[in-house]
Amino acid sequence: MRIGVITFPGSLDDRDAQRAVRMAGATPVALWHGDHDLQGVDAIVLPGGFSYGDYLRAGAIASHAPIMAEVIDAANKGVPVLGICNGFQMLAEARLVPGAHTRNSHQQFIRRDQKMRVENVDTAWTNEFAAGTEIIIPMKNADGRYVATDETIARVEGEGQVVFRYLDVNPNGSMNDIAGVSNERGNVVGLMPHPEHAVEAGFGPDTELAMASGTDGLAIFTSAIRALAAV
Amino acid sequence: MKSLEYLVPKIVVEVMPKAELLDPQGKAVAASLNRLGKSEFTGVRIGKRFELTVDGPVDDAILSDVRTLADEMFSNSVIEDVVEITVDGVPVEVSL
Repeated sequence: MRIGVITFPGSLDDRDAQRAVRMAGATPVALWHGDHDLQGVDAIVLPGGFSYGDYLRAGAIASHAPIMAEVIDAANKGVPVLGICNGFQMLAEARLVPGAHTRNSHQQFIRRDQKMRVENVDTAWTNEFAAGTEIIIPMKNADGRYVATDETIARVEGEGQVVFRYLDVNPNGSMNDIAGVSNERGNVVGLMPHPEHAVEAGFGPDTELAMASGTDGLAIFTSAIRALAAV
Repeated sequence: MKSLEYLVPKIVVEVMPKAELLDPQGKAVAASLNRLGKSEFTGVRIGKRFELTVDGPVDDAILSDVRTLADEMFSNSVIEDVVEITVDGVPVEVSL
């Protein structure tokens, strides 16, 4: 199982995402934004960072990168695609998932270990979770406020496209506490928090059990492997 | 003496956050004005201005390109509106 991680100018967490893919049991493949080649990978991760300095809008310039033509084509064919933070913003800018992102409502960069509920466990990236599972995943962003028209919000809520929802604290003013959404098919998922930073005990978020012991993000990557094995 | 810049047509695209959406930047500036005692200003919204230059004349093909870029790249229609496109200060209507 080969999962590609695309590096854009300004990507920060591409290596972390590759590591998470490896720890989940798949082979990470480094992909380059300027290529028109997905190297035959089975799934794709758009990692976090500040591509092109987030000039114009977060993820906007990257959403027009050469390789995005192939990503959009693959996504429309059902290939699992995960967008993390800046990657989520790229997915929204590329219209692969509904909605958009604006500056956090409090105007500040925020970093915290964020509690979320997995609202949909039928997507390619959440099938290893039990319904309603609560997880803690680190988040860090300045433009993380999820917004959409009222019609779109009603639709994604009604169709089960809200995949992750913030619990306890809404860290950025996102509508309906939405932390992550999917496309209609469920193969494309974007979320603001960073599951690749919660895959190994000792290097994850704090939990009630022990410092830095959180590994709740790993199931997001193993879910893709399971989804691919089921095809 | 006229500068060379005067001879180069300038296309301006102005983009604003949608009226119904919270504009955190405008809100922060509005709060600052209030702290400065400038309470006569009841609202501030902050948008973007894109200035494009071309070597030759601005023809219909270029304006059509500008309209497409304005809608699909310079703005995100989920959160923003293209409020005006001007050529050398003159508003233009561009249909696709």
